[in-house]
Amino acid sequence: MRSVLVVGASLAGLSAARALRARGYDGRLVLVGDEPHRPYDRPPLSKEFLAGQADEAALVLEAEDEDLGAEWLLGARAVALDPGARSVGLADGRTVTADGVVIATGAAARTLPGAAARSGVHTLRTLDDARALRADLARGGRLVVIGGGFIGAEVASTAHALGLEVTVVEAAPTPLSGPLGEAMGGVVSSLHRDHGVRLLCGTGVRGTEADGEGRVAAVVLADGRRLPADTVVVGVGARPCTDWLAGSGIEIGDGVLCGADGRTSLPGVVAVGDCAAWYDPAAGAHHRVEHWTGALERPAAAVAALLSGSPGGQRAPRPPYFWSDQYGVRIQFAGRAAGADTVTVEEGAPQGRDVLAVYRRGGVPVAVLGMNRPRSFTRWRKRLAAVTS
Amino acid sequence: MIPVCRLADLPRGEAFRLETDPPVAVFHTEEGELYAIDDTCTHQDASLADGWLEGCEVECPLHASKFDLRTGAVDAPPARRPVRTHEVVVEDGVIHVRLSPSAPGLPSCAAGRLAGGAG
Repeated sequence: MRSVLVVGASLAGLSAARALRARGYDGRLVLVGDEPHRPYDRPPLSKEFLAGQADEAALVLEAEDEDLGAEWLLGARAVALDPGARSVGLADGRTVTADGVVIATGAAARTLPGAAARSGVHTLRTLDDARALRADLARGGRLVVIGGGFIGAEVASTAHALGLEVTVVEAAPTPLSGPLGEAMGGVVSSLHRDHGVRLLCGTGVRGTEADGEGRVAAVVLADGRRLPADTVVVGVGARPCTDWLAGSGIEIGDGVLCGADGRTSLPGVVAVGDCAAWYDPAAGAHHRVEHWTGALERPAAAVAALLSGSPGGQRAPRPPYFWSDQYGVRIQFAGRAAGADTVTVEEGAPQGRDVLAVYRRGGVPVAVLGMNRPRSFTRWRKRLAAVTS
Repeated sequence: MIPVCRLADLPRGEAFRLETDPPVAVFHTEEGELYAIDDTCTHQDASLADGWLEGCEVECPLHASKFDLRTGAVDAPPARRPVRTHEVVVEDGVIHVRLSPSAPGLPSCAAGRLAGGAG
């Protein structure tokens, strides 16, 4: 293999490029990114960066003296993949051809059909999104967050600390019940009320209202209630960026369908990060894992498979892991809550928001949640990895 | 030299956090080696003694940066700077560390906190 094209220049793309060089690949390496920025770290965008505690230099993912010997095509959006020629067409008309292709195009923030794109209404995914939201939060006033998931909760926490009056609206009866289960979703989302942030659950959003200048003035709920707002954040999840692959013949489900090593249905093409749904042998199904650590760790296996053309014999990926920081509480989760039949508090107390809870299925640990319990959390995370490997 | 704890009280695979300023983490690897590094991750205020110890590396308990206990080098983001390493000496069954004279690579939040500022 003499040339590899990495489509996507965020954490997964950068990790793939690093893994290629780490495996001794010395051929041509091209990275294409639709944003104009070098790879940057997204988790702080809803936390330290949004709070103004970290500047853009702190987001840089490359080391100061790092040189991957790569060609960077930034501000260039991929629009088509030709599997025969193994070439990728860019929005500006250029075409890049390579022996191997790594798809790492990530995911994009979902929007609400009812919440028209108007001034003061934000999603949060990119650095440019965060810059715009940060500027609006600096105006103070009332913030309505639509969606009680992790992004919404972190934005609410940050905005609350900045002094805004915050309301979180969640369509489900309990926020975070998907990733954490009903009981622990309830415990974690109690952090809002603990800090005087209003949480409205079980209600959808009909739309937004604008003031005379076209700026958002209120959020209107499905039940007719009207929440005055100076700024609105829509945090209702992300969808994989796979539209550009239509017509390539690559198999797509919820993301690019991959084997347990990142190989797609097309030879010489692997997929990593938020856009990829790897086969999970333990679950017997494909799962798209939208976690930072997956984007960091999995490209090594995908690149090994790409270079060898066969399974890399890598260790199975560790159980999915993510963290969240809300209201000064460090929340950590590893494994999968879905499928657990019991959740047991092993340490601390839910009321104290200081808890270690273990999820089990048929008595076997399948997931662990920690709130301000990093040491015991790590022990349980290691145990989970031992159980699943 | 600063006494840490008895060697017999630090089983293999475990770590001890020494409450110096800044704190130091002493690791006893599964292979029986002893290492000491600065306890605070250079990315964010997290205790590496709480991290995932495997071989001669410890992974930050919060994010995924791994530090080489022998050199202090970091393998991957989000941390970008190494931690200091310190000399470990065992005398009469007691672990001691001799602190490095170089400047620590603390994250900005922890550095501010240690300097008396807000975290």
